[in-house]
Amino acid sequence: MNWISNYVRPRINSIFSRREVPENLWTKCDSCGTMLFHRELSENLNVCTSCGHHMAITPRDRFRALFDGGVFAEVAVPEPVADPLQFRDQKKYPDRMKAAQKATGEKEAMLVAEGEIGRTAIVATAQDFSFMGGSMGMYVGNAIIAAAERAVERKRPLVLFSAAGGARMQEGILSLMQMPRTTVAVQMLKEAGLPYIVVLTNPTTGGVTASYAMLGDVQIAEPGALICFAGPRVIEQTIREKLPEGFQRAEYLLDHGMLDRVTPRTKMRDELITILRMLLREPPAVKGDLPAPEPAVLEPATPPGDTPEDGADKT
Amino acid sequence: MTHYLDFERPLAEIEGKAEELRAMARQNEEMDIEEEAAALDKKAATLLKDLYKDLTPWRKCQVARHPERPHCRDYINALFTEFTPLAGDRNFADDHAVMGGLARLDDRPVMVIGHEKGNDTKSRIAHNFGMARPEGYRKAIRLMQMADRFGLPVITLVDTPGAYPGKGAEERGQSEAIARSTEACLQMGVPLVSVIIGEGGSGGAVAFATANKVAMLQHSVYSVISPEGCASILWKDAEKMREAAEALRLTAQDLHKLGVIDRIIDEPLGGAHRAPEDTIARVGRTLTDMLSALDGKDRATLIAERRRKFLDMGSKGLAA
Repeated sequence: MNWISNYVRPRINSIFSRREVPENLWTKCDSCGTMLFHRELSENLNVCTSCGHHMAITPRDRFRALFDGGVFAEVAVPEPVADPLQFRDQKKYPDRMKAAQKATGEKEAMLVAEGEIGRTAIVATAQDFSFMGGSMGMYVGNAIIAAAERAVERKRPLVLFSAAGGARMQEGILSLMQMPRTTVAVQMLKEAGLPYIVVLTNPTTGGVTASYAMLGDVQIAEPGALICFAGPRVIEQTIREKLPEGFQRAEYLLDHGMLDRVTPRTKMRDELITILRMLLREPPAVKGDLPAPEPAVLEPATPPGDTPEDGADKT
Repeated sequence: MTHYLDFERPLAEIEGKAEELRAMARQNEEMDIEEEAAALDKKAATLLKDLYKDLTPWRKCQVARHPERPHCRDYINALFTEFTPLAGDRNFADDHAVMGGLARLDDRPVMVIGHEKGNDTKSRIAHNFGMARPEGYRKAIRLMQMADRFGLPVITLVDTPGAYPGKGAEERGQSEAIARSTEACLQMGVPLVSVIIGEGGSGGAVAFATANKVAMLQHSVYSVISPEGCASILWKDAEKMREAAEALRLTAQDLHKLGVIDRIIDEPLGGAHRAPEDTIARVGRTLTDMLSALDGKDRATLIAERRRKFLDMGSKGLAA
């Protein structure tokens, strides 16, 4: 099968449909190297069908699979001051931003949405590692505050999917200040008695881990996710010794008491529904009643750029 | 023996010469060198003034890390009475990178907490160079919550290169400890004031400095990442720390413009290490000032104001 999928299928494809097919029909698994057909891979939420390795998934794709029928409404995020420090390294910060926007088709590194999962209304927010490493700057801070405020306003739980290298250096001290700012957001939820569930995905590191991503009522991680404050390279340089196998991976953190659960992405939706309904003291979800996301809903629910405004539906 | 920073080398030469002359004169009483030595002193004073008039951000980092700069322990010994250190996180260990305890400031009982770097090789190692492990933050949380229960104001003195990047620290939840410490700061119904006395290193600093009022010494720095770390990531070259220090806007002056800190405490000419007692006294006056401005505010107001302050932070950039 490997030989066929690795060699024969791409070859055949390249002979017969060189013109029609985009080049990225096949994705190579970062972990086991298997060539995976893009449709199969996206139906499996970017989890390798061969070894179970979790690859990155964009917030939009995640939400399409998470919300009932793939339907969600975006929650507006207040726009911060652009380039507050007039930061310049080898490139100007606004140029880096433009490049990231062009590469991802997204405005910033976090998407906030509301909708229903298993008929339970929630607010969800997800970080986009492909956008400047998911880094936490003013916008991400504003997004988390907007998500918390919306959750409190509508009395809904908040589910947060973290993925970031840490703070956004180009916003200097203002990125650091997102640690207390987002902590205030978490406090709003706790005071309102609303569940706050954090799903840590690969990677979640630095100031992000040391603020909102570690303050959930329930902490769940995707398998194999790197979760840490200081990265393995920094630690190796400091202590000058090799780190143990699996150090700072989700399973390691689970063993050390830092997480509640490690759950595969394909089971995450069901698990979130189960936990949320108990925390909200609602009756159990009737599985047969749940419109599981069909492959069709992985296609854009709404044309890009034409997403319903916040509160436009599902309320 | 004074420790000179690299940019102070010309100064070291002049001061060294003056010292040499005086040493010679002490051995040989017939020599009259006072005039010459006084001229050198004058030259040194002018040079010092010039050097410190407009310190670049990188030089400020060097001054903030100066080994003879007064540290947390110096401030506590000089400014507070009846200091009673309290130890331990009640879970694992006592972290010597963080010191704290009950004390009186102008007779008023307070809780004082800070990072201690140590001042010679032995004490630096004992204090882990001011880099706290999770136990340090958990001790601080315990002390803050105790202060909150007994209605004592909390004073934090920040001076850390950052939280310790080690294997055990990660295993015991460095990120969780920092996150909870920031959370504890935000939950306190008593006044919380903070002074960045040296280095405000990233999350390790913000975990103590999420305060009602934050002051910084004139040549202290406060940043999301060290200039060396930033340079190695963005410039792929740790030697570009001067450029990185510039770009990060980590000086007290820039942070004040950005609205991140409330006030700047001037240092004596030539930096805090040249006149520690004077510096400590200035910090003491600022602490008294900041605390009395918060007197009479009730719990709800203190919490609400602190939250508002951070929620509003960054609404204007440097350009504004």
